[in-house]
Amino acid sequence: MTLAFGALGSAPFPPELQEHLAGLDGPVRRDDERQATVSDTVLDLVGVTLSFGGVVALTEIDLSVRRGEILAIIGPNGAGKSSIINVISGVYQPDRGQVRLSGRFYAQVPTQQLARLGVARTFQNLALFKGLSVLDNVVIGRAHKTQSSFIEQIVGLGRARTEQTDARSRALDVLDFLHLSHVGDRLAGTLPYGLQKRVELARALVAEPDILLLDEPMAGMTATEKNEMVGFVRAARDRFGTTVVLIEHDIGVVMGLSDRVAVLDYGRKIADGTPDEVQRDQRVIDAYLGVAPENEDGEGI
Amino acid sequence: MSTITYDLPAYRFPARWATPLTWLAIAYLGVPLLGSDYLFEAILLPFLALSLAGLGLNILTGYAGQVSLGSAAFMAVGAFAAFNFNLRIDGLPLIVSMVLAGLAAAGIGLVFGLPSLRLKGFYLAVSTLAAQFFVQWALTKFSWFSNDSASGVIDAPQLSVSGFAFEGPVGRYYFALTVVCVLTLLAYRLVNSQTGRNFIAVRENETAARIIGVPVLKTKLLAFAASSFVIGIAGVLWAFAYLRTVEPAGFNLDRSFQILFIVIIGGLASIRGAFFGAALIVVFPLVLSRLGSFLLGDIFNSGVLDMSQRIVLGALIILFLILEPDGLVALWDRIRKRIGTATVRS
Repeated sequence: MTLAFGALGSAPFPPELQEHLAGLDGPVRRDDERQATVSDTVLDLVGVTLSFGGVVALTEIDLSVRRGEILAIIGPNGAGKSSIINVISGVYQPDRGQVRLSGRFYAQVPTQQLARLGVARTFQNLALFKGLSVLDNVVIGRAHKTQSSFIEQIVGLGRARTEQTDARSRALDVLDFLHLSHVGDRLAGTLPYGLQKRVELARALVAEPDILLLDEPMAGMTATEKNEMVGFVRAARDRFGTTVVLIEHDIGVVMGLSDRVAVLDYGRKIADGTPDEVQRDQRVIDAYLGVAPENEDGEGI
Repeated sequence: MSTITYDLPAYRFPARWATPLTWLAIAYLGVPLLGSDYLFEAILLPFLALSLAGLGLNILTGYAGQVSLGSAAFMAVGAFAAFNFNLRIDGLPLIVSMVLAGLAAAGIGLVFGLPSLRLKGFYLAVSTLAAQFFVQWALTKFSWFSNDSASGVIDAPQLSVSGFAFEGPVGRYYFALTVVCVLTLLAYRLVNSQTGRNFIAVRENETAARIIGVPVLKTKLLAFAASSFVIGIAGVLWAFAYLRTVEPAGFNLDRSFQILFIVIIGGLASIRGAFFGAALIVVFPLVLSRLGSFLLGDIFNSGVLDMSQRIVLGALIILFLILEPDGLVALWDRIRKRIGTATVRS
């Protein structure tokens, strides 16, 4: 594990991580963390281990995400990339380790609170509401902001009305921002795949999240669509100041888009740094190209 | 400012409301002029009650995606609750006892909706069967519910609202029609609100719904409660306006299935679907019996009718599931579109 962090170089650790690595625990560490939260990390994974039955998906993952950066998580198939996103969004509960979100530590992130904690995500396999129009799919992204009861909504006055108009106008803005206005009235299920991916991004963005988790946002897209998507993700970060954590297979896309790259292999983080650093990292090259004879200690297998 | 407030209603009003308003005009003004007593008693009153029940089930099954086989039980709760409120609280206006009956049905619906927090699809449908059998058992077992009447069959009270009595088939038709219209409007508002979108989100992808902040558990229970409320009131109409008697036997599993078929044939997740489906379910047996006796004469007795009804209805449902999963509503819209383009072309 320590070996992996040797590659990190420039990335400054927040104190809580260094202490975690040093094996400190207990309330002393907690107090220091309160100070650390003032620093610029918005999301931390500390020693996250996850397994399904006997299959280990993640081993002792430590990861810090700084405010406003685009962090890409890459790795071969089955390396545990999606598992990380699912742990952060509370879909999976890790066996050990914690996730820090908006200053609090969670053993399992409460999924139903996720939107209120400022996290929005998209799914690897589309999770749009196909029976709703594109506009409604985006409007419903404001669900966590709804305060009015269903009776107020039936009557349609006061608070319910304000919420409705607000959600609608924000949704229209986001559709406009992502160049989706022309399909606003269509049922989401009838759109081509690339556009559906974009609608999912719109639904996540309308919630105005601090952290945006994108699970393979460009999977299955053509080169043109990928380029568009890269543009949209970067524009979203620049416009809303959103922190982006994304998973992607296409190395070319990742290197161009992200500020920092974390590389997973067999559930372990083997590298974490700027795209340039990661590209030169021998362990990353090994993981992608495969190397058998030298790996005598069995690390990472 | 004044121009805006003036312009908006004048500009928007006709387009969206033209069709429903036409139907309302026909229902309120046209039908009573033309219809015979037979039409009201045998077709329109059961049609209205079943439409409303279908509408209620559609909120739960069509919009929120929770399958229920206990609709008739909630109708029974509504009918018996209204009867008892009316009987035991002196001077309670009929409308109030109907609303209370709806709330009672909503409460029972909420209780039997609790399994939905853990169960899905087929398993949930089976667990709602518990409601069906339990309610029917309780209503038969405890004669208090039917005011200790020996036969378990009781006369429904007079339909009167603030002194005005809705008498005769036409009067009861107006009463039922008004109740159905009001509840349809409320249901329409509900399914087009944020809560309605939450229903659909829960139906389509529960995990995604939870992640974007839809309160999934609350939404499911609300769907059960709102749906049972509407179905409960439909039960009141069925007993008070259509049958004029309240008995548990009328609210059996067959009725639950009938309502489910109405929703499936009419069109899931559509307000109009319930009306289309109910129309078919009510009119179809009558047409079949007329047609049967016309073609086959005496051979086509009530036994044959009953059997052929079931066979044809079963075949119809299979056909619909295969050919038109979105129901009569989708079929209707397509036909209208065809006619529209044809007239434009010619």
